[in-house]
Amino acid sequence: MAEITLKSLAHSYTDTPSGPDDYAIRQMDHVWHKGGAYALLGPSGCGKSTMLNIISGLLQPSEGDILFDGERVNELSPRDRNIAQVFQFPVIYDSMTVFDNLAFPLRNNKVPESKVKARVHEIAEVLEIEGKLYKKAKNLTADEKQKVSMGRGLVREDVSAILFDEPLTVIDPQLKWKLRRKLKQIHEQFDITMVYVTHDQLEASTFADKIAVMYGGQIVQFGTPTELFEQPNHTFVGFFIGSPGMNLIEVKRCPRGVCFGSTVVTLDDWQVELLQRLKSENIKIGIRPEFVEVSSLPSDDTFPATVVDVEDLGTYKIVTVQLDHEKLKVRQPEEFSAAQGEQIYLLFPRQWLKLYVDEFLVQEQK
Amino acid sequence: MQKTPNNKAWFLVLPVFLLVAFSALVPLMTVVNYSVQDIFGPGQGFFVGTEWFKEVLSDERLQNSLVRQFLFSGAVLLIQIPLGIGVALMMPKSGIKSSVCLILLAIPLLIPWNVVGTIWQIFARGDIGLFGWSLNALGFEYNYTRNTLDAWLTVLLMDVWHWTPLVALLCYSGLRAIPEAFYQAAEIDRASKWAVFRYIQLPRLKSVLIIAFLLRFMDSFMIYTEPFVLTGGGPGSSTTFLSQTLTTMAIGQFDLGRSAAFSLIYFLIVLLISWLFFTAITHADKEK
Repeated sequence: MAEITLKSLAHSYTDTPSGPDDYAIRQMDHVWHKGGAYALLGPSGCGKSTMLNIISGLLQPSEGDILFDGERVNELSPRDRNIAQVFQFPVIYDSMTVFDNLAFPLRNNKVPESKVKARVHEIAEVLEIEGKLYKKAKNLTADEKQKVSMGRGLVREDVSAILFDEPLTVIDPQLKWKLRRKLKQIHEQFDITMVYVTHDQLEASTFADKIAVMYGGQIVQFGTPTELFEQPNHTFVGFFIGSPGMNLIEVKRCPRGVCFGSTVVTLDDWQVELLQRLKSENIKIGIRPEFVEVSSLPSDDTFPATVVDVEDLGTYKIVTVQLDHEKLKVRQPEEFSAAQGEQIYLLFPRQWLKLYVDEFLVQEQK
Repeated sequence: MQKTPNNKAWFLVLPVFLLVAFSALVPLMTVVNYSVQDIFGPGQGFFVGTEWFKEVLSDERLQNSLVRQFLFSGAVLLIQIPLGIGVALMMPKSGIKSSVCLILLAIPLLIPWNVVGTIWQIFARGDIGLFGWSLNALGFEYNYTRNTLDAWLTVLLMDVWHWTPLVALLCYSGLRAIPEAFYQAAEIDRASKWAVFRYIQLPRLKSVLIIAFLLRFMDSFMIYTEPFVLTGGGPGSSTTFLSQTLTTMAIGQFDLGRSAAFSLIYFLIVLLISWLFFTAITHADKEK
């Protein structure tokens, strides 16, 4: 087990990077604490797998350092870093039985055979593949193969960390949920640092205590699922987390707040004050569909809007409304009854209305 | 869906049947025809039953030749298969170096059999051949025209030079087809180099190795031209392999009945061993 520190780490696949676009990972500092269960969440191509391969040592970072418990391990191979990694697609040694597959990492470490046996059975029990232990691995189904692949990652007790690279891609949704719970249990049982790469927010939040959201080669926010939901640090986090994602509106500076079209949104004094000081013209406001309040009568702080579309998702409704020239999503309970074309009034509660400058959240300095 | 039997469909198979008949069955039947008759001239054949077969099987010259043939093919396989795998493992994976290696390896394969024999015939000579002369200069008494062991070593060396590249190229293509993920997983699992070879590379080379083994077995078992040019089967008959014995019998002595009987036995041996090998391998795969 180890604490993994990334120190001004950056990686480019080209030999002579000429600009930020050449970097798969832009310079960052980050710490994965000992014994934590983390998820690395982001869209395809954001650098998640690159980051994972750098941690495991399959890839050498082009800049910066990677430290295990404070010691620099840049040049160490995965075998010397003592790391386990599970890949997106099952990798099994198909000439061996399931048992031998699971025993392989232990035997390579010269673990005594009696201990190998005990440990393999323990892991097989957790993954529910005991019945298949003495079958040839190549005759297994795709998800059994992935379980074996995962088992090989879990079987060593002394690893610094276990890295998962979208390990459940090939698995049925039903089983997916079960395996995710399993991993969580294994984490609680053995208390190993785990980093889990995924592009699925649900997967990330069921597995991890803390989620790192990656975007464009950077970790834009590192926090608990609640933090990511309530305080998105970056417009991308707002957009990516939640379904549907945060409503984001491009706005201009106006006296006492911001405006778009003919709509003026008043902000807190500290926000207005901060906005005066910042030079950027890239200003956005954002509010989650869950936090927009709707009423049928106007009042002081409301904005008139027209219902464009209502999607009934069974337990709630997603209402698309038009406010000025912007289309917003609003989440409403089943009882919501306004029909298409009807006029309603929206209220943006102050604590849920976020202000973004250059895509990053503007926070109150205390 | 109802399927109606339509015998006209057989016509679709006819072209292939005719082709196979003319390319294989008819020539083969000619040999069968000769093997059961004693033919003195056109229209003067007498049916002799299995007599030629009995005679051939008890012929000491042929027996010796068969033993030599098995020794030779065995040695060829024992040397060329491991050597081919080794060469393939050592080759660079990509880039200009790998292209150069591939071309160098392919050169021996492009040289006609006769020429290969001639090259080694000269190369191994003690007086003007670089190889033979060097060995003698180093103090070894080497003479492939007089010494049986030297002749065998030279024939084997020539065959290794000529055909190991085939095994190597097949294995190289097999190795390149192994996804990078397997090596990464092995690295993560802290597998030794040997374990990587034994549990990843070798199992995944299996299908190309079956092909390499069969090709090398069949080819070496039927070898004719190269030793014929190099040693002429000598010294004595120490490097006279089956094909050469058969040719001498059929064309030299015009012993058509016995040659035909022997041809059939020869053919059946190759077929039988290839079949046994193939079924043994594929069956070993199916267990459990």
